Amino acid sequence: MAKSVIPIGPWHPLQEEPEFFTLTVDGETVVDMDVSIGYNHRGIEKLSEMKSFDQATFVIERICGICSTSHPFAYTRAVEDVIPVEVPDRAKYIRTIIAETERIHSHLLWLGLAGHFLGYNTIYHWVWKLREEILDVCEILTGNRNNYAIFKPGGVRRDFNMDDIPLVLRKIDGIIPTVDRLKKAILDDPVLHARLKGIGILTKEEVIDYSALGPTARASGVAKDVRKDAPYGAYDRVDWDMIVTENGDVFDKVVVRVLETYESIKIVKTCIAELPGGEIDLNIKDIPPGEGIGAHEAPRGETFHYIRSDGTNRPARHKVRAPTFMNLPTYKATVIGETISYATIILAAIDPCYCCTERMAVRDVEGKRLFGGPDLVKLSQEKTARMKREMGMP
Amino acid sequence: MSFAVNAMLKSPWVFHLSTGSCNNCDIEILDCLTPRFDIERFGMLLVGSIKHADVLLVTGSCNRKSAGRLKTLYEQAPQPCVVVAIGECSLSRGLFIHSYNCPVPLDKIIPVSVYIPGCPPKPEAIIGGVVKLIQKVKGT
Ligand code: SF4
Repeated sequence: MAKSVIPIGPWHPLQEEPEFFTLTVDGETVVDMDVSIGYNHRGIEKLSEMKSFDQATFVIERICGICSTSHPFAYTRAVEDVIPVEVPDRAKYIRTIIAETERIHSHLLWLGLAGHFLGYNTIYHWVWKLREEILDVCEILTGNRNNYAIFKPGGVRRDFNMDDIPLVLRKIDGIIPTVDRLKKAILDDPVLHARLKGIGILTKEEVIDYSALGPTARASGVAKDVRKDAPYGAYDRVDWDMIVTENGDVFDKVVVRVLETYESIKIVKTCIAELPGGEIDLNIKDIPPGEGIGAHEAPRGETFHYIRSDGTNRPARHKVRAPTFMNLPTYKATVIGETISYATIILAAIDPCYCCTERMAVRDVEGKRLFGGPDLVKLSQEKTARMKREMGMP
Repeated sequence: MSFAVNAMLKSPWVFHLSTGSCNNCDIEILDCLTPRFDIERFGMLLVGSIKHADVLLVTGSCNRKSAGRLKTLYEQAPQPCVVVAIGECSLSRGLFIHSYNCPVPLDKIIPVSVYIPGCPPKPEAIIGGVVKLIQKVKGT
């Protein structure tokens, strides 16, 4: 049968971000796919190199609206790694609380959208109503619904108002029964079982080959999570479990995210109960020359930031690697061979975030690609050699 | 007031377009549709194609890849079509004003009727903006 190509996007009703998919189909079956991004590229790395270390946190926050804690968390850890310093205990706890409330709202957001992709709009509306409660918690704690502006290198910008804590706890306890109901409704629904089980399977080997991260990896039985593997913040001081399932299909990814929501609620509650007193900020003035890396387990997987400082008040180089950058290529493994009707939910299953992932390619006027993969590898090798020479390394 | 405008004001259908945003504004728009804010009670409905829409909600800083396509899309829209710029990015490019990939603000590309500031604007602000738009068109 002749193959046909289905273009999806760039602006399509499925996702709120623009991206362009081309599905090559043979009858009903997807035989090949390609994705083209770049509609969201804003040149954040260069912008951040124009700002001072303190200002850059605000730019970093706006890499992605859903991960407006994860990126600053990784960034501040990278800056602190340059110096190096340990932030005060209270700041660690505050950071952890904000990061986990973000994980709750991000997982709920995905769950709602997944319902929407399946045409199950009841779940979409139900979950997003629940998510508003968590956004209220964020607003009470930080003053903002999103883009919390609370991180800074060396600590946090604002302290919690302890009078608000009872209200926060009440709100968090208030969502647990609804999450319980949601869990039952989703995990016991025969329709969802029929639609989600055994489709879009990503095997353990494929996870390792593609270096997939976060819930995408954990749903396939690969236990990796920065919070456990290299603990930071308050993650090593509270008791929580890493959720790992074995099948790697879309259903398992749902399960992982629903159960992680409970773990996050647990972490937030413990952290609030054990919140230590003391300073929240180290008031770092100067960043010495050097390099630093910082990682944080964002809701979608490990976010990684690299900072090189040359002793001025701006980063000389800032590199961002978001989890979707690693998870996106797994589409090739999951979507090919499935039918078109399953393609949407499989594409959504990794919880893609294209704003974080945006990269750019330089082309000449005729549209010819000037830098392909091999060119970039060559440039990178040349740069490494040059840096080694400059640093006097063999 | 023409029949078309009158009918549109009863139930303005919106199409949402992100042109290089951080997602937050887009999520706040989706939030407006969900039970707490529920703009459908005002007859507003999010539609999947520009050809069905009366109102174009634009977010983001119009980067080089999106800008041309945005113009094409606007030209495909049935008139009258009002453009609402949502968020600091689409008003003035906000934080991204010095970026190499965001050369011009939105209102240099297509005509904009309503500006809703905020980074991101709260859903209440978005609803407020659209209500003001309706009042403006009605002339009350
Ligand atoms: S205005 Fe702010 S919240 Fe909205 S897209 Fe731009 S950076 Fe994001």
